[in-house]
Amino acid sequence: MTLDMIPKDVTARVAAVESTEGQGLRLMEMGVVPGARVRVVKSAPLGDLIQVCIRNYHLALRRAEAKSVTVVLE
Amino acid sequence: MSAVLESSVVGNPTSPYPTAKGLTIAIAGNPNAGKTSLFNALTGLRQKVANYPGVTVESKVGQWTLAPELPAAKLIDLPGLYSLDATSLDEEIARDALLGRNVAIATADVIVIVVDATNLVRNLYLATQLIETGQPIVIALTMFDLAERSHLNINVAKLSEALGVPVVPVVAKQRKGLDDLAKTVLRNARPSVICDVVSPLADAQPATRQSKLIQRYAVIERIVSDAVDTADEGKPNISERIDRFVTHRFLGPIILVVVMLLVFQAIFSWASLPMSLIDTVFTGLGQFAKTHLPAGVFTDLLTDGIIAGVGGVLAFLPQILLLFLFISLLEDSGYMARAAFLVDRLMRAVGLHGKAFVPLLSSFACAVPGIMATRTIENPKDRVATILVAPFMSCSARLPVYTLVIAAFFSGRKFLGIISLGAVLILAMYVMGIIVAIVIAWILKHTLLKAPSPPFVMELPPYRLPDLGNVGHALFTRCSIFLKRAGTVILAISILLWALAAFPRTASKAPDAASVQVQNSFAGRAGRFIEPAIKPLGFDWKIGVGLISSFAARETIISTLSIVYNVGDDSENKTSLVDAMRNAKRPDGSPVWTPLVGLSLMIFFLLACQCMSTVAIVRRETNSWRWPIFMVSYMLVLAYVASLITYQGGRLFGFS
Repeated sequence: MTLDMIPKDVTARVAAVESTEGQGLRLMEMGVVPGARVRVVKSAPLGDLIQVCIRNYHLALRRAEAKSVTVVLE
Repeated sequence: MSAVLESSVVGNPTSPYPTAKGLTIAIAGNPNAGKTSLFNALTGLRQKVANYPGVTVESKVGQWTLAPELPAAKLIDLPGLYSLDATSLDEEIARDALLGRNVAIATADVIVIVVDATNLVRNLYLATQLIETGQPIVIALTMFDLAERSHLNINVAKLSEALGVPVVPVVAKQRKGLDDLAKTVLRNARPSVICDVVSPLADAQPATRQSKLIQRYAVIERIVSDAVDTADEGKPNISERIDRFVTHRFLGPIILVVVMLLVFQAIFSWASLPMSLIDTVFTGLGQFAKTHLPAGVFTDLLTDGIIAGVGGVLAFLPQILLLFLFISLLEDSGYMARAAFLVDRLMRAVGLHGKAFVPLLSSFACAVPGIMATRTIENPKDRVATILVAPFMSCSARLPVYTLVIAAFFSGRKFLGIISLGAVLILAMYVMGIIVAIVIAWILKHTLLKAPSPPFVMELPPYRLPDLGNVGHALFTRCSIFLKRAGTVILAISILLWALAAFPRTASKAPDAASVQVQNSFAGRAGRFIEPAIKPLGFDWKIGVGLISSFAARETIISTLSIVYNVGDDSENKTSLVDAMRNAKRPDGSPVWTPLVGLSLMIFFLLACQCMSTVAIVRRETNSWRWPIFMVSYMLVLAYVASLITYQGGRLFGFS
């Protein structure tokens, strides 16, 4: 399961982050690393971005980037 | 011990490091970690924006009194960064300064890393990277009060021991912990090293980079869980509750539009009074100089060149300040990130990034700060695309031109019987600018600046009540930059333009002496020279002179036209200029100005890049002449073609 698939207000744990290009790395630098708890807060109007809560702060990312984050539901 | 050494350790008995000459201290940290608040609290009003020649660096430098008996330390405020592996220009600037790799910025004797206590783990990612480089470091733990309030009990001593650097909790707004911070900084001052590490994760294989990164986070998590009793997590906080409305599927866009309308309404209505006040003062000043100084070249230079030129530009100060007031309020409150979140989809449709929203919005006041704000956009191609379309946002310098044309040819007319035609026309100019920007951005992103759809990873900082002190500081800084520009570049251009219109001198005592003077001047000759080219747009040589002079700054056309039409400075400038324009005749007796000519002129001013400051800032921000030259040329071609279509098309349909 990937981060873009989990429903709103559900908490999951990051299992892996795919980073072939630089961007996966930036996501991880921002704290999205295996083991971190993540909760989807909402998706933006017109639906391209999602807002997640991780490590006590909020992060916006595209669905395409969220796809590279594998998660396990808690 | 020698006297020299003794004096050098005054107030700093525990460290042999010489502090007498004044230390250099850099302040760095994640965006939104409270860096600016701390910087302002430490330096007060003793700060200025430093421009380092030749490099794209603009950083704030302030003076910080560490101890009363010591000379003030130089405190350098660096742009926020998340990691030493920089992904944006802002981050690169900060990283190079921190690692002593930027020759233009002095290496620091101490680096103060600002760490947000409510967001420890992520903030420590950068902090631990920096600690590993071996630089002298002191951590300032900000938002300590907020952390306590949300029951995060941080054991500062334990944290400091685990990290191996001093940690000082501070609350900048209440000035708590600042003395402690100063003492700790003094104790830890030593020369920094120049690091040859470009970025901690560079050169490694993707898998190695990942595992390095994961390891770092694992270490940080262990440190934090040892030092902090974590409160319950996952409850929706206040920010999340506010977001339920502000980024709501339907409410969000409505709120955004209302906010933008309010901002523009305020800029245009509140600024009009101080603007006319400044105008009156400078007109009065010019008259005073004219009546009290002997007539001659020097007086002309002073009144027509310096006072009129600089005054005309200073009149925009209220609008620019108001726009910056709103932008810094929106930014400090955390709303700007939400705006980018809301519009990203729309921006992406034209190939731009959600983060381009703030620069483009700022460009409605002035493209210069707008272009500087593009530094947060990571992808260089996206950044250049945003820079290239930013000048299409109708800036405040175009307004006087629109207002003049409307006053002359469209005043009192109604659109559909109710709405004033002038207001509709101004709105149309704004909308047209936006549409052109969208089309050009789309074209650029599909040709010259082709790049894969930019990724979007952005922090949504918690909502905070904007700190009025910080907002005041930002306004003060902007104001002084603008005034400095008015005093240097704009002053020089005003003098140059005046000289072009004033030489060679024509000795004439006729009542239309000034007009004859301009006709024979260098500027007048240039106007005649380009007349064949601008005739198809409906412009005669006098408008041509205005066009040439306005290539330095748009609003200059008004003072130039006043001179060309021999309106003089004595009576109410604008009304008489309007009359002169209405009465102006071509050699065949037909009027020079028609509503169609006015419209053609407005469109030309909307689309052409007539602004020296913009060209200069694009040169500085892109570090080459390639982009500014490209920008000026394509905008000129666009303006010409659009004006041509307007004028010739209008005539075809029987308008005049």
